[in-house]
Amino acid sequence: MNITRRHLLILLPAAAVAWESVLAGTPEEAPNYKKTDHWWGMLIDIPKCIGCGNCVRACQAENDVPDGFFRTWVERYHVEDWNLANPEVISPDGGKEGFPSVAEDSNGKYFFVPKLCNHCADSPCTQVCPVGATFISPDGVVLVDQTYCMGCAYCVQACPYGCRYIHPQKRVADKCTLCYHRITKGLTTACCEACPTGARQLADLKNPKDPIHAFLKTHTVQVLKPQMATGAKVFYNALDGSVR
Amino acid sequence: MPGVEGFMYPNEVSLYWSVLIVLYPYITGLVAGAFILASLVRVFRVEAVGPTYRLALLTALAFLIVAPMPLQLHLGHPERSFEMYLTPHRTSAMAMFGFVYLWYLMAVLTVEIWLDYRGDIVMMSQTTRGWRRLLYRVLTLGSANVSERALHIDERVGWFITLIGVPSAILLHGYVGFIFGSIKANPWWSSPLMPVVFIFSAMVSGIAAVLLLYMAMMRLRREPIDMRCVDTIAQYMLYIFIIDFSLEMLDLIHRIYEADESFRSLDFMVHTKLWSSQVVLQICIGTLVPIVLVGLVQVTRLSSAVRKRIYAISGSLTLIGVLAMRWNVVIGGQLFSKSFLGYTTYKMGLATREGLLVSIALIILPLFILAALVKLLPPWPQKRQEAAAASAPAH
Repeated sequence: MNITRRHLLILLPAAAVAWESVLAGTPEEAPNYKKTDHWWGMLIDIPKCIGCGNCVRACQAENDVPDGFFRTWVERYHVEDWNLANPEVISPDGGKEGFPSVAEDSNGKYFFVPKLCNHCADSPCTQVCPVGATFISPDGVVLVDQTYCMGCAYCVQACPYGCRYIHPQKRVADKCTLCYHRITKGLTTACCEACPTGARQLADLKNPKDPIHAFLKTHTVQVLKPQMATGAKVFYNALDGSVR
Repeated sequence: MPGVEGFMYPNEVSLYWSVLIVLYPYITGLVAGAFILASLVRVFRVEAVGPTYRLALLTALAFLIVAPMPLQLHLGHPERSFEMYLTPHRTSAMAMFGFVYLWYLMAVLTVEIWLDYRGDIVMMSQTTRGWRRLLYRVLTLGSANVSERALHIDERVGWFITLIGVPSAILLHGYVGFIFGSIKANPWWSSPLMPVVFIFSAMVSGIAAVLLLYMAMMRLRREPIDMRCVDTIAQYMLYIFIIDFSLEMLDLIHRIYEADESFRSLDFMVHTKLWSSQVVLQICIGTLVPIVLVGLVQVTRLSSAVRKRIYAISGSLTLIGVLAMRWNVVIGGQLFSKSFLGYTTYKMGLATREGLLVSIALIILPLFILAALVKLLPPWPQKRQEAAAASAPAH
């Protein structure tokens, strides 16, 4: 085919527009970051969490999370000795400002459970998205292309963990991105960075040197709602059977 | 937190699917039900319901035109909904909607209506004047051949389209049930029975709607109601209602007997927040009363005046009951926490985009569309005979 100057003048801007749309859904990344070399998850060490709410505040500041919605939150469980099935759970304002103190004579045990998107390998939210705006990246992070999402909220219904919401201003699905803009630059997530006790640890399951491997070998870990078979990648150390 | 009892995950406090998503399966169900009633005449040769054949088709079309509107109004970005056609996500049940809808609208319903009316349209394009003449001429799509052979071909093709239409109508609504039934995160929805229950309740509601519309229109036109026709329609409604109710009770009994981890939470919800809409409205008033009333007609000898009243009351209660069922599925499924530890409250807006007034408008809109369709394509045999007589000298 002979390309005349006229053809070229039409083709070049068309190619530029096409390239722009190809790039539209691609997250920023560091020059040396290779997606297929990573498989991200998180480790949460429940006994270490003190319910300070630093992670919730850091997440809201880092990701501009709208008021009343949460990409991460902290729950406080109160379980009576014998009554695993009926825990008393609170999460005032997502635990952002901490928790009320506990009465001295209170029975049972208290502990905190930080929650966030489980970045499931077989995520139900990705499965149901009608336009494919929600997807799992090659490095194992469940993301939303907010320029493509039509805001039907089917993914919100499909998430067993209540981790998604519809952004009230953008009117699209929003959720934890595992601070994708940070982890692809070699940083940790905002919540992990802000945690004063190291209760939250970003984990790269494909990196053999990641301390997660030693931890998983020596501790009893569990994921939330394993019966959902979602391939959740947020691992909880010492997770109590009462946690939902 | 106001409206919240116990513990909800913090993102669950407000509902994401509003009353508009209640209307969507309701309206689609009316479409599927009306179409299946029409197919009784064409495919299953139930001659008695013949007088409602065309009305049922037009009713299905009127509601089908409105069916996507609640969805569009609900979407955060309706302008992106066409992406479902361009880049459908193959694993999503919802992505199928656009295709099933288009298939049903373009390949089944409009084709069937056109084939059935083609002879009339050609006739009216010759007997009317002014803009109506122009409109009918456009509607003939250039096919003015009304020879016996051509009409026979219309009839055969129409029969074939209806044959395809029955599974299509079941697909259209069964898939709506699948949208809910396939959500494993939500035990109130997650059930393989959901699509089946949706299909049967759809049939019941569509049949009730056409029964009421037929009786109302006959009254408006001051024409006698064909009692053999309404008796037969009511019988079909009763039989399908009994199947529908049995399936719903099977689901209920199964849940009670299994009593899995979600049971206590759901049971509490049914006894509190859903008591009036589910137990009172859906089960008692909207199901048992119409079943008993129409059942009574089957075992007793009642005058036609009484039967007409019974059908009018039962049809109306059925429509209310099925609407309540959709409400209980859609809204009920979001009132409890997926932690099974708490409950929230649905606050419906009044004049908001997803509020009460918009919902009422969406329910009434199909009736206006139907009125226009009936005017344009009269479904009454008498009208057709008059038109035929008027056009006779032209031949």
